[in-house]
Amino acid sequence: MTSPLEQKKIRITGPSVVTANRTWDGAVVYRTAKQGWSTELADSAIVNTSDEARALLAEATADDVGAVGPYIAPVELKDGGKVKPGNLREHIRAKGVTIDLQVPA
Amino acid sequence: MPLVKQGRITTDLFVHVADGAELPGDGAVLVTAERFLADPEALLRRSGKVGVIWPNSRNLEELVPHLDRLASVALVFPTFRDGRAYSQARLLRERYGYDGELRATGQILRDQFVFMTRAGFDAFEVKKDADADAFAATMKRYSVFYQPTGDGRVTALNRRMQLRHSESAGQ
Amino acid sequence: MYAYDELDRTLINERVSEFRDQVKRRLSGELTEDEFKILRLQNGVYLQLHAYMFRVAIPYGTLSSKQLRRFAHVARRYDRGYGHFTTRQNIQFNWIKLAELPDALADLAEVGIHAMQTSGNNMRNVTSDQWAGVAPGEIEDPRIWSELIRQHTTLHPEFSFLPRKFKIAITAAEHDRAAIKIHDIGLRLHKNADGETGFEVLVGGGLGRTPFIAKTIKPFVPGRDILSYIEAILRVYNQYGRRDNIYKARIKILVHELGIEKFAKEVDEEWKAMGDVGLTLDHTAIEEVRSRFSYPAYEKLPHMPDELKQAAHDKLFERWRKNSVSAHKVQGYSIVTLSLKPVGGPPGDATAEQMDAVADLADKYSFGEIRVGHEQNLALPHVAKRDLPALFKALDRLGLATPNVNLVTDIIACPGLDYCSLANARSIPIAQELTRRFANHDTADLIGRLHINISGCINACGHHHVGHIGILGVEKNGEEFYQITIGGRADENAQLGTLIGPAVPYAEVADVIEDIVEAYLALRDRPEELFVDTVKRLGVEPIRERVYATR
Repeated sequence: MTSPLEQKKIRITGPSVVTANRTWDGAVVYRTAKQGWSTELADSAIVNTSDEARALLAEATADDVGAVGPYIAPVELKDGGKVKPGNLREHIRAKGVTIDLQVPA
Repeated sequence: MPLVKQGRITTDLFVHVADGAELPGDGAVLVTAERFLADPEALLRRSGKVGVIWPNSRNLEELVPHLDRLASVALVFPTFRDGRAYSQARLLRERYGYDGELRATGQILRDQFVFMTRAGFDAFEVKKDADADAFAATMKRYSVFYQPTGDGRVTALNRRMQLRHSESAGQ
Repeated sequence: MYAYDELDRTLINERVSEFRDQVKRRLSGELTEDEFKILRLQNGVYLQLHAYMFRVAIPYGTLSSKQLRRFAHVARRYDRGYGHFTTRQNIQFNWIKLAELPDALADLAEVGIHAMQTSGNNMRNVTSDQWAGVAPGEIEDPRIWSELIRQHTTLHPEFSFLPRKFKIAITAAEHDRAAIKIHDIGLRLHKNADGETGFEVLVGGGLGRTPFIAKTIKPFVPGRDILSYIEAILRVYNQYGRRDNIYKARIKILVHELGIEKFAKEVDEEWKAMGDVGLTLDHTAIEEVRSRFSYPAYEKLPHMPDELKQAAHDKLFERWRKNSVSAHKVQGYSIVTLSLKPVGGPPGDATAEQMDAVADLADKYSFGEIRVGHEQNLALPHVAKRDLPALFKALDRLGLATPNVNLVTDIIACPGLDYCSLANARSIPIAQELTRRFANHDTADLIGRLHINISGCINACGHHHVGHIGILGVEKNGEEFYQITIGGRADENAQLGTLIGPAVPYAEVADVIEDIVEAYLALRDRPEELFVDTVKRLGVEPIRERVYATR
């Protein structure tokens, strides 16, 4: 996955959200439509055009105290309006590592 | 932007004069290296003090012949993370014996004060008021230093050896 | 062990309180993330995919049982119950909260542990041979010098904002276990013709996007001059190293662009111009540091105790002993490597329970001392041979006696896309699958020494370039692909591997590796010829043909 930290031009090709890490604990958060952050992807504001994405990102970036390194990430909208992460990186951020954590004793 | 000198916030007597801008008739000025090197004698003939803003990528050898007539050398930190001027500062102090004002200009936060002082800076154009206010407290933050520099602070190694010496002398 | 004195402890505590102030300013908004980022990196704090990651230094890989127990405490109290040992003698915690970090640091400081300069563009943890001081045939204990350099480069007022990170490794043994040739500065301790102790200084090694093997800049620098010589190298680098492009900022690029001769000349000129700046280490100064390293009071023990003879019939014990137990410089003692590479486990991870248990075993069997090596394993450096059977049983119960040290399943891997915000592809699941494929220890023994290294991106934290087999994760159209190289090595004959063929998708990596190993088994001219030697003798082509013929 090309690191979104290298995101320069903003051009989206499908539904997207703005995500970041919360400053005090580093937790994965998503920008909500109410100008706040949520740890639930389901609460995120979904944008569909590059202009909307740019505006949401600018508004999220202004909250430097709340969250770190906001960027635009793709999502998939499933039937019934369920929001799913749009790539493997975002899947891992949303659902956790893909490995069994504990070293077998 | 507050200036910290001799550990205190003080009025900056120097005026930064941009290239092409007219020089004030008297008073202390800080000019760019280019402007200074174009005609050092003319500048030094003025009644006011002269300081030079020296870029961190420029060879110090060009500056060295003029050091004893300069009232200030300002070294530049274009960003917080660009540390070239620390080397320049130590060279000016420790190799070339410069003892005038050595000023840090650019992105200066409290987190650099100890490093800068140890490298030989004694004047700081600080970006944030709160950091300038915290100067004295910040300088007290460290009491142990591992490296010898021109600032004369005793290194940990020397303190240990002194301790050892006095212990063995007392036996 | 090195004993911190009051001055070392004071400095660490002062650093903790400075960092506490920095975190406070960040959380209150007084510092922007842009400003804070450099400050947190200087203290080992990254922001990864899921959380902050906290990297703690284990200078020259030496730990006391008390310190290891404190890692367990941090893992439990501030994290999710485990830690990850890295390739540079650090431990990483993956889920630390920024707001709690100052407390975690303060807890570590109580046992003389810090996170200073474990990231950022400064001098990183000075690493060394994990067998330093106990390996037979060493010139002397390289940790004396590592500690001198550690102190000199800690909070250095001139070199805390270098163009890029800077890593030093030191070895004093014939066989290089510290991978000095892939470091910014590599130091090899040796004696010159007059019997004087000093260093061969290598410079400009490093992996990443543009890998280089370090070159010798000076064949002999006397020990007393090593700090001033390093200072000269750093000063040249600080002034001339590139700052316009992060990928060209390491010293290896400067050395490459100037050429080693020109670079050496610059350093020499600076070194001469420096004159006496108080950096010469006289005998007393060196002895001052040496005196604070303590060594165990070894007993006079037989070479072959009864306990060992009796255990020889136990096949599992014997397999482990032959694999994981190494010669010690003192008769009757051994160095025991504890594999952190169980079949199916993430390489280099240890749980808090394991850390506590290893600390107890170190107290019981290894004079309270533990070592950490760049292969992401632990070691107990002073185990009496008579205790080996009992130690084996205890380690086996903990899952730390996998007899795979230096074998195909002893994989070095970076955290990869499961944790890392820079990664393009996952590393750990690839390692896990490979350990399952080669889970049969008889097969692994048959294959012999084989290092597999996996990196999840071009930054090469898994040192893939110098793996006998190197695996590099890349991204192609949103999918994980892996480039495979063979023939690399990280030791005294360090060499970069050669690409064997086109990148393969995630699901096929383990198959390809199995095929490569099978090709080697078919092509080696005798069982003793190691994988890397077969590649050297035959080149890549015969192996490529066999592996890619049907692909």
